[in-house]
Amino acid sequence: MTQTHVFDVIIVGGGGAGLMAALNASRGAKTAVLSKLYPTRSHTGAAQGGIGAALGNLEEDHWEWHAFDTVKGSDYLGDQDAIEFMCREAVQAVYDLEHFGLPFSRMPDGRIAQRPFGGHTNNLTKKPVRRSCYAADRTGHMILQTLYQQCIKNGITFYDEFQVLDLILSDGKAAGVVAVELATGELHVFHSKAVVLATGGHGRMWEITSNAYAYTGDGVAITLRNGIPAEDMEFFQFHPTGIYKLGILITEAVRGEGGILFNGKGERFMERYAPTIKDLASRDVISRAIYLEIKEGRGVDGKDYVYLDVRPETVNKYAELDGRTRPDGTPYRVTAEEILSKIPDITDFCRTYLGVDPVKDPMPIQPTAHYAMGGIPTNKFGEVVIDGQGTVLPGLYAAGECACVSVHGANRLGTNSLVDLVVFGKYAGIKAAEYARGADLPRLPADPAGGVRRQLDNLLNGSGREKAAQIGRELRKVMSDDVGVFRTEEGLQQAVEKVRELRERYKQVRVSDGGKIFNTELLNTWELGCLLDAALVTAVSALERKESRGAHAREDYPRRDDENWLKHTLAWLNEDGSVRLDYKPVVITQYAPKERVY
Amino acid sequence: MEVRMRIFRFNPEKDRKPRYDVFTVEAQPTDRVLDVLEWIRGDVDGTLAFRRSCAHGVCGSDAMRINGRNYLACKVLLRDLGTTEITVEPLLGLPVMKDLIVDMQPFFEHYKSVMPYLVNDELPADGKERLQSPEERERFDDTTKCILCAACTTSCPSFWSNGQYVGPAAIVNAHRFIFDSRDQAAAERLEVLNEQFGVWRCRTAFNCTEACPREIKITQAIAEVKRAIQTGRIE
Repeated sequence: MTQTHVFDVIIVGGGGAGLMAALNASRGAKTAVLSKLYPTRSHTGAAQGGIGAALGNLEEDHWEWHAFDTVKGSDYLGDQDAIEFMCREAVQAVYDLEHFGLPFSRMPDGRIAQRPFGGHTNNLTKKPVRRSCYAADRTGHMILQTLYQQCIKNGITFYDEFQVLDLILSDGKAAGVVAVELATGELHVFHSKAVVLATGGHGRMWEITSNAYAYTGDGVAITLRNGIPAEDMEFFQFHPTGIYKLGILITEAVRGEGGILFNGKGERFMERYAPTIKDLASRDVISRAIYLEIKEGRGVDGKDYVYLDVRPETVNKYAELDGRTRPDGTPYRVTAEEILSKIPDITDFCRTYLGVDPVKDPMPIQPTAHYAMGGIPTNKFGEVVIDGQGTVLPGLYAAGECACVSVHGANRLGTNSLVDLVVFGKYAGIKAAEYARGADLPRLPADPAGGVRRQLDNLLNGSGREKAAQIGRELRKVMSDDVGVFRTEEGLQQAVEKVRELRERYKQVRVSDGGKIFNTELLNTWELGCLLDAALVTAVSALERKESRGAHAREDYPRRDDENWLKHTLAWLNEDGSVRLDYKPVVITQYAPKERVY
Repeated sequence: MEVRMRIFRFNPEKDRKPRYDVFTVEAQPTDRVLDVLEWIRGDVDGTLAFRRSCAHGVCGSDAMRINGRNYLACKVLLRDLGTTEITVEPLLGLPVMKDLIVDMQPFFEHYKSVMPYLVNDELPADGKERLQSPEERERFDDTTKCILCAACTTSCPSFWSNGQYVGPAAIVNAHRFIFDSRDQAAAERLEVLNEQFGVWRCRTAFNCTEACPREIKITQAIAEVKRAIQTGRIE
């Protein structure tokens, strides 16, 4: 028996965006949050370095500079109206978080401390600016905890460990979701006027990834299956500094605090790729530089990694060479103790996983799959947009990593993921509640859970000729080999074919656990299906985009081509497995596209 | 290296009582216990149930008992266990729902009972941040690290003997606000913790501190809360 619950607003996902949406929606509408994890397990908690906002606490800064840096970082693919909105709102968002109780690190005068971060600059001098507001190196953890605390304070209704498997649409409007309760295996229908999707990213389709196991693209896959396009899926960020082989993130804050990248010959190679900003260039630029160093045999010991060095003697030597000063004009010099106090979690990761002490030894690092710039298309109010003309699907909202506003365009700047989820989570929540107040409860279609029941039955009753784990391994391999930091026509063609093959083979999978209680095999297998759909759309979108822009680097089309490709991709996944592409223009307000040099 | 993994199994839909299954696995010394569990579930026995998400010690999903001690499975490398015989069991003191999955609801109820949120409705007139000195901020830094994994509470003998005890994790989260210079509800929290199942159930066994994957000095935090109750002062 399927239980039905009725709410004004249903929020899917308990990370930063979902909780922000919940706090704001619940002020004016009966709201519930559904999360496949306990909310505090969400991946927002893994964010380390900070949240960008032009508070100007240590030096001159302006939200307009933040906006320009974001536009430039996006390689001019970000929508400038949305970027301006986000960067202006970021300042208040940070104060709001402080008012919620977030324990930011502080300056001696008691205001919020700020540090430099990749791609964030003083627009006049082009030098790094201190814009990232942080809480040691666990800023995301603090945002997630603080928002969850506020939700408890405000009595928000949670359905923990409820995995959403489908969206319900009725007469062209959102009407709710279908979810499975993990503890019982029972299906539940959540009938609502509005739905906010805040389901996070899909970085688990790559082998080396910083992403949580939960990052399986559920929201993107569910909307694709309901005829809603995905935007700019070819743009996926590879963070330059993942722990070798494991992919665990080493925050950019390490370089913000003075850490330097070295190749196997001991050269500070970023000098060659980004002469002005060097080790604090944008992420896509550094990931490509590392890849090229390795390709040309300059990895450490000829292997596929380089070093990130934050030993005080290294930091001080290069700070002196760069003429780096503190805000009061004195030379920038650090001790091991100071470094450890700024990056305690990174120190712990290095000791645990590498047996290395970052103030005594350099860290072996390689690029790691990190962040989806693409996703469910929305406007700056979090409303889901279903075509190139800006048509809104009434009652449906998306925010955070699963959404594509687009503020990150072809490459996201560090700290802007947290800005994105706080700002757009807030507005999606406000708008969803406003909409719900003026809307009637849509009628439910007959048997709204029927589609989900069929999906699960297929997984439980497949032929068993294929194993999900094997399909997952092959997916991660082909995505890493052919849809990674650098791409080619031939590789992408192969990837599209391979993913199509894997999607066919997936139909032959059979889940061995026939039980209802915590059938994690069934749900992991269902999640693999989401990854396969998201991967297909990613590979097809990448194959079609014949230029290099931001994170999408084509060896066969090495230049950005504004004449033909200054536009967003929209991709629809048809029921027969074909992908239809269309494009929509980039919104440009005041920043005309220029060559991107750091 | 070859490891022998003995895993606690219990499926309430089928089993009347728990059992242990043994899996012999070829693994790398640098593999995490979680990697081995993933491999078993993916390639050997899909019915094995456990929670996990971030896989690097920050989300708190995969706390479990490994060779008799509470760890996050993603933070223990095989080489660090000092043996190739590995026993993996669910956390103690919370009801087992299936295999390595326990019911976290009682744990979160205790957490919620200590008002784990900032209480202060006065905002600065300019709308900007409240001021807090680095020293004031440092005062509660340690207890902000908590990821609510329950490794501490489920290693506590007092909690095992009586599940009504709020437990170390709840006290850690109360500490995080009691000692935050911006907060105004310390007295109310101390009152909650001064009750029958509050802080006095702690017998300073230090198990919690040893179990904490975030290396929070939990026993010390509890002692500071006890002292605040006794002296009526937040220092």
